[in-house]
Amino acid sequence: MGLKIDHETCVLCLLCIEECPYDALSDAGDGISVGTACTLCGACVDVCPVDAISIPAEGLQRAGAGGSHRGVWVYGEHHRGRLHPVVFELIGKGAKLAEALDCPLEVFAAGHELERMPGQLAGLPVSAVYLAEHPGLAEHADDAHSAVLARLIADRRPEIVLAGATSQGRSLIPRVAVLCRTGLTADCTGLEIDAETGNLLQTRPAFGGNVMATIVTASRRPQIATVRPKVMTPLKRKGETTPQVHRWCPPAELTASRVEVLGRQQAAEGSVNIAEADVLVAGGSGVGGPQGFELLRKLASALGGEVAASRAAVDAGWIPYERQVGQTGKTVHPDLYVAVGISGAVQHRAGMQSSGTIVAVNSDPAAPIFEIADYGIVGDYREVLPPLIERLGQLKAEEEREGE
Amino acid sequence: MHIVVCIKHVPDTTELRIDADRGTLIREGVPSILNPPDTFAIEAAAALRDQLGGYVTALSMGPAQAEAAVREAVARGCDGGILLTGSAFAGADTWSTSYTLACAVRRLGDVRLVICGKQAIDGDTAQVGPGLAVHLGWPQATYVRRILEVGNEAIVAERLTDLGNETLRIQLPSVLTVLKDLNFPRLPSLVSQMRARRGPIERWGPGDIEGDAGQFGLSGSPTRVVRVFTPPPRGKCVLWEGEPEETALKLAQALKEKRLL
Repeated sequence: MGLKIDHETCVLCLLCIEECPYDALSDAGDGISVGTACTLCGACVDVCPVDAISIPAEGLQRAGAGGSHRGVWVYGEHHRGRLHPVVFELIGKGAKLAEALDCPLEVFAAGHELERMPGQLAGLPVSAVYLAEHPGLAEHADDAHSAVLARLIADRRPEIVLAGATSQGRSLIPRVAVLCRTGLTADCTGLEIDAETGNLLQTRPAFGGNVMATIVTASRRPQIATVRPKVMTPLKRKGETTPQVHRWCPPAELTASRVEVLGRQQAAEGSVNIAEADVLVAGGSGVGGPQGFELLRKLASALGGEVAASRAAVDAGWIPYERQVGQTGKTVHPDLYVAVGISGAVQHRAGMQSSGTIVAVNSDPAAPIFEIADYGIVGDYREVLPPLIERLGQLKAEEEREGE
Repeated sequence: MHIVVCIKHVPDTTELRIDADRGTLIREGVPSILNPPDTFAIEAAAALRDQLGGYVTALSMGPAQAEAAVREAVARGCDGGILLTGSAFAGADTWSTSYTLACAVRRLGDVRLVICGKQAIDGDTAQVGPGLAVHLGWPQATYVRRILEVGNEAIVAERLTDLGNETLRIQLPSVLTVLKDLNFPRLPSLVSQMRARRGPIERWGPGDIEGDAGQFGLSGSPTRVVRVFTPPPRGKCVLWEGEPEETALKLAQALKEKRLL
């Protein structure tokens, strides 16, 4: 059941043809005709000045229940063909959603020379991978890549699209969603299928993490959601089956970009992205100065983690901005977050409160950071950290001996 | 060059409290403020205007009270302001918001650059900047930390990515979203505050912009919030005080038991 056009009422203003994001409508000479690319998105219904276009209830239901759109897609963010770790985390969640919907889980990506990508998905429940390949897509550009990915989505019609809320995902995916004329929910921490409606329930923090909101894209498809790195759990690989590969060479009008990459430099203090670290040791104004971070670096290395900071420490110039956690910095989800000399203002908490285990070391027993910490030590970090680092070293040595 | 800065009037999230009994957000008495990340966008636009000449328009969408944020943007360096307001715009999600803002930018006509803050602190989605770029059909650069060169046809900027820094040449007109790393916002001067207080802030309703009214506000929004709840509380904090040596040992033991080493 498709789009219904009342040719008696239609005044052939052609606004619908102009509005259609999928180029599915055409003027065949004897009135508007609907092509197979129609996704029942409703754009033409909204724009029609004489209400000549409608979507029969049955059609709506099918769109909502995934009749015309089928499959869970995971965006294969990659750097020079190598998949980002968040892709495997999304596959973990995507597999559960695909199971609930009884539909395939597939990966899609754009780039140039992606022949190494399918092999990286071996042993995972991904049935197919859709690759848009073109020399013009070798360098990532939000405008060209979003145009290509949106066309791929329009052609293949997945019901759900998941992407990592990385710096690339948070720039690219909002463009894809607008091009697909559908809803996008950013930074989801919970994703599940509503058993009644089949809609994706997308849960995310809002108001600095003070509340959680569940958001639904009820009448448009696909439903698009982004998820921060480290929030979902990757699957264990079983076997060596690789997905079926579908290659597509997009036309030049889609791959043309108005952005040119002039250069890339790795971040200062190594190229570590704190959003991907398993353990973070973060320092705030209580650390007192750049030399204090030496002790934090030692603790981070004893825990196998990285150093991060609050806004106060970054603004004081003690540590580069790339390492800032919080509302004006990065949002992180490590397994272990150690906050040293950080009072725990809402702006900081918004960036780290969904960490696995939170430890706080602060000389002020009333510091709000203790409200969200699992373990807290009231004391001067200069006195607490050295014995802690020593003890961690001992425990590690013990474990290694036991391992032998 | 005519530059538009998109700003938002947001509840001060640092002042939000939870009603523990009802599990709801207490919004009464919570002041609304100019979205702090937007101050870096305003400064970036004002600095470019000072350098190249031109005009900076602050643009916002929101209820009538949001005019306060537009006036503050003028006090902080914008030359004029526009508030898109009216019940037709209410309830807009990021799709509809970026569509409506794009209609307003198009009506202004000669805009070459739109600058937005990284994200708004109430929703934290960072979606409106890129969405606006698509609705306008413009390229974009997000997470800009340095503006290196501005010409008639293009802008060269450095952005922060997960991997480090990336230097881009972006053709104009375009949309930038900027980081706090970019500049130090000027404080409103007495003169600029006076100008902001008296200066005309234009109010535009749905009739003032050319767009499909069905795309405004709630009716144009593909997403709906179906449930709002307070996050489950974390377990109570195990707090140690006293001898640093002892507390350190207890913590190390706890981390070992949780298999975090």
